[in-house]
Amino acid sequence: MNILEHVGIGNYITLSALLFCIGAFGLLYRRNAIIMFMSIEIMLNAVNLLLVAFSSYHEDPSGQVFVFFTMAVAAAEVAVGLAILVSVFRNIGNIDIDNLKNLKG
Amino acid sequence: MLEIVFYILSAVTLGTAFLTVFSKNAIHSAIYLVICFFSLAGHYLLFNAQFLAIVHIIVYAGAIMVLLLFTLMLMNLDKEDESSKPLYAKLAAVFSAGILGLVLIAALRKAQPENIEYVNSGIDYQSIKVLGNVLLNEYQVPFEFASVLLLVSMIGAVLISKKEEKI
Amino acid sequence: MNTTILLLLFAPLVGFLINTCFGKSLGKTISGVLGTTAIVVSFLCAICLFSQINANGKSFTFHLADWFSIGNIKINFSFLFDQLSVLWLLFVTGIGSLIHLYSISYMHEDENMHKFFSYLNLFVFFMIALVAGSNLLIMFIGWEGVGLCSYLLIGFWYKNQDYNDAAKKAFIMNRIGDLGFLIGIFILGFHFQTLEFLEIKALLGKDVITPSLLAIAALCLFIGACGKSAQLPLATWLPDAMAGPTPVSALIHAATMVTAGIFMITRMNFLFDLTPEIQNVIAIVGAITAIVAASIGLVQNDIKKVLAYSTVSQLGLMFLALGLGAYEVAVFHVITHAFFKACLFLGSGSVIHALHGEQDMRNMGGLRKVMPITFWTMMISTLAISGIFPFSGFWSKDEILMTAFHSNIPLWVVGSIASIMTAFYMFRLMYLTFFNDFRGTEEQKHHLHESPALITIPLVILATLAAIGGAISLPGHSWLNHYLAPLFAHKSHEAHTLGTTEYTLMAVATIGALLGIAIAYSKYLKKKEIPIADSEVQGLHKVLSSKYYLDEIYMVTIVKPIYMISSFAKKYVEKFISKAVIGIGGATYALSIKGKKIQNGNIGVYLFAFIFGMVGFLVYVFIIRDVK
Repeated sequence: MNILEHVGIGNYITLSALLFCIGAFGLLYRRNAIIMFMSIEIMLNAVNLLLVAFSSYHEDPSGQVFVFFTMAVAAAEVAVGLAILVSVFRNIGNIDIDNLKNLKG
Repeated sequence: MLEIVFYILSAVTLGTAFLTVFSKNAIHSAIYLVICFFSLAGHYLLFNAQFLAIVHIIVYAGAIMVLLLFTLMLMNLDKEDESSKPLYAKLAAVFSAGILGLVLIAALRKAQPENIEYVNSGIDYQSIKVLGNVLLNEYQVPFEFASVLLLVSMIGAVLISKKEEKI
Repeated sequence: MNTTILLLLFAPLVGFLINTCFGKSLGKTISGVLGTTAIVVSFLCAICLFSQINANGKSFTFHLADWFSIGNIKINFSFLFDQLSVLWLLFVTGIGSLIHLYSISYMHEDENMHKFFSYLNLFVFFMIALVAGSNLLIMFIGWEGVGLCSYLLIGFWYKNQDYNDAAKKAFIMNRIGDLGFLIGIFILGFHFQTLEFLEIKALLGKDVITPSLLAIAALCLFIGACGKSAQLPLATWLPDAMAGPTPVSALIHAATMVTAGIFMITRMNFLFDLTPEIQNVIAIVGAITAIVAASIGLVQNDIKKVLAYSTVSQLGLMFLALGLGAYEVAVFHVITHAFFKACLFLGSGSVIHALHGEQDMRNMGGLRKVMPITFWTMMISTLAISGIFPFSGFWSKDEILMTAFHSNIPLWVVGSIASIMTAFYMFRLMYLTFFNDFRGTEEQKHHLHESPALITIPLVILATLAAIGGAISLPGHSWLNHYLAPLFAHKSHEAHTLGTTEYTLMAVATIGALLGIAIAYSKYLKKKEIPIADSEVQGLHKVLSSKYYLDEIYMVTIVKPIYMISSFAKKYVEKFISKAVIGIGGATYALSIKGKKIQNGNIGVYLFAFIFGMVGFLVYVFIIRDVK
């Protein structure tokens, strides 16, 4: 009754890769910082999916434990990132990342 | 039958992810992302990782997306995006994402797996009991550090977004 | 024994260190006494060593420390005490201590007196190292060291730029000679794989070395000796070196440093004996130098310059003796010359001191009655240098002339003419300085007085030695030749048994000297002639007083081209090099300005960079590396 016997690991790899790729695309394509955060979340989730797939493949719980930690880190990152974004919004008025160019070389 | 479920779930995941990136309205993006997370939870259920699926829904769809939505509403961003990137940037984005996907799939599909044969030995490796055991025995230290991390990020978030007091 | 040697070697060095570090605070007299005591200690140790070596005739080596070894060559800090080096040590430290004593009074008004004594002590230290070293490298260290001290002491009154130029000239000419010396050392060291004197002597006995290589080595060593002992063409630094204080001229440029070349050739006599053509060269160069310097000395008006040219001329005679293979004769003349030349220089210092710095003989005269001790000591030394019986100079100069007569008549003629000229100009000096009436200013006349005891005591001692010093090598019974016999290969002849030829030669030499004295007497005492002012000289007199235009020739042929090369280098080469170096900095700066544009602050660009980097990494790790 295991999904991997029916579907095979290759499909999961493809699915995860495509999801990651969509997340990367969204990161590069949009100017709105919140949408970029969402794209990052998509990328993280792609990795989580692959981890769980391989955890099932090797019958090792370590993969799922790693997913827990990834989720914890993602949550922390979103909290702090959004706090920074709110600060930026208070100073500039919009969150267009193309305006944040003051650290020029 | 399971394959059909798998393909439907995959379609939903990929579709909503795509729409998240492309929709003009930020609130719509957020909603699409929530649906994407739910579909991913469905994937996890297919793996029989029940605990993980529930935790995924609680943390991501319940906490993170709500946080994002609050921030969106704080910034009043439900209107359309003012401007978009110039054309060359868009083309470059498409190109690089495409290359990334191609390379990833090529690399991972062609890699030699460690055990060629998939063996379903029927042992229990992902029930809550086993997970709890592993989490608190082998991965004790990362567990504690994760709690420290969450504490630090809470403090950090409060500190950064405090309104400056007028002197 | 060890303590004696260590005291001998290091007492002057200790004196140097104390005077350099604490001299200013010790005060003038104490620093002077300290410096003198250091050399006196060395002198006493030298006497100990001399008595020991004289008694049992055995030389010994003292090993101080290992130094280094390259391949097969092993070079140590070791010292060889044999008859020759101990003899040299005796008169170096002896005359050195007398001159130190003299300087306590002479330099008393100078504010840097402690510096003077520290330099003098350093000089004696290096001279001892030169003389006592057991291999060519230690000798070379001493060689360089005395050159350095000569530079420091010539330019002692550094506020005068002319003196600094003279010091530079001395050092540079010495350096040119040192280059020859070094090349000689390299050739010998490379061929024999050792630089120790005794080992080279043994190896030369049995080794078959190509004569041409040996000749080149000997010639290079001789060039070094030319530089140090002021032979032509490297002679012009010695007269200019008179810019230093008189004790310096007495010690360094009369008695000790300039004899280093002769010492070195005597040390390496086994080498020069095998190259007769180089010995010929040495003899000819010595003879030419003797006569040229004597001719220039005929017309000099500065009292110290006369003595300087006389020194060059006498050194030429010594080299003549060396070139004829008569090493003991040369050593004899070195010793007697040290006595009377040091006495002459110190006496002239006494005169200059009494006249408060006046050095031109045309402004002197009649000092005989006012400064009797100075007069009589200088008279004795002048009689010695002119070769009058029975003073020491007579015996040593006659030995040289007799050896020349037996080997090479033309050289005998040249040497005799130089000796006649020597007698003439030395007595000219005496008549102009001490006889007739005083020609200086009234103020100087009032202050004329005999010099204090510290100045006259060394004069008396040296004059006594100049008078009786000939006793060490009388014809028929030469203690010196017996003493030095173990060092030389040939049978040491008993200094010319006296036969008819020898008596005739002695008579000829004495008549020649008396002739020179008579000419001087008639010119300067009877007719009371005074040399004319510098601007009025003409003809041959002008050529002589311009030193045969030798300095000008050097200036045009050597110095000016070097200046041109260096100014060319300064204008073009240095600009080019500095531009190249700064250009590298400029290029880096321009590159960095271009590179700065990568950081344009745009987050989007940074994200692109992430993605591209990751793609590259993945491609490399998974695809390129795994392709089987």
